[in-house]
Amino acid sequence: MWAAAEGLPTREEWDAALLERIGPALWERFQRATVAVCGLGGLGSHIAVSLARAGVGTLLLLDFDKVDLSNLNRQQYKASQIGWEKPLALAENLKEINPYLGLECHTLRLTPENIPSLLQKADVICEAFDKAEEKAMLVNTVLEQLPQATVVAASGMAGLGTGNSIRTWKVGKRLYLCGDGKSDVKDAGSLFAPRVMLCAAHQALAVLRVLAGEPDV
Amino acid sequence: MVTVNGQPQNAAGQSLAHLLEELGFSAGRIAVERNGEIVPKAQYDALLLEDGDTLEVVRFVGGG
Repeated sequence: MWAAAEGLPTREEWDAALLERIGPALWERFQRATVAVCGLGGLGSHIAVSLARAGVGTLLLLDFDKVDLSNLNRQQYKASQIGWEKPLALAENLKEINPYLGLECHTLRLTPENIPSLLQKADVICEAFDKAEEKAMLVNTVLEQLPQATVVAASGMAGLGTGNSIRTWKVGKRLYLCGDGKSDVKDAGSLFAPRVMLCAAHQALAVLRVLAGEPDV
Repeated sequence: MVTVNGQPQNAAGQSLAHLLEELGFSAGRIAVERNGEIVPKAQYDALLLEDGDTLEVVRFVGGG
């Protein structure tokens, strides 16, 4: 389904181009990594695009939802994909960017019961849900049950507040938080692409820094 | 004395669940680290805080 079409770079050309830019040490660390993106909305779809471009070897894409017209103001989908399962729609878009990305798609709702087995192989897990209770559930379950994984979560990116308040901070050894920590969508009313993208970019950068062996923020 | 997100609280001997409620945290929307280790949700009621404990309470708000 995703075989390289005529005219696309070969695997060797793709790897060589990235190697030349980032060097063999980072290339290897990124290439052998598996990163889970949990929730493929405004945060998750942008995190996945960043990581696919940066050379992360394998992404696990997880979401229960379908692409809706109301998503297109801020999420990495196209009008032609309305009604598609988000993991499959995003996989197609990522493969158009990076034909050699390793992908595993799961259209389902994550629960404390299925998280340990579904996310077991992930080195880093991105929390990119929209509901506060679901965010807390994922972060708690991963920290309690997957001792090898680092979690990069998000809290507070709704509204049109200044982008300068979006930041990354670290709690303990395995949890990173991105956002302003405050702006709840139920107060702010809406989510805007650039502010959500800022938060997603903080999350993707935190992932790359962890993979690069730079654990500080 | 117990430190919660950098602020001292006179909470030694209290249960974690009691302190969280007193400080207005909603248990379903947080993660808690005690001295650098995650506290499993199931232990919030039974865990008694000790003098010198450092807690980090992460509060999640909606949007993503």
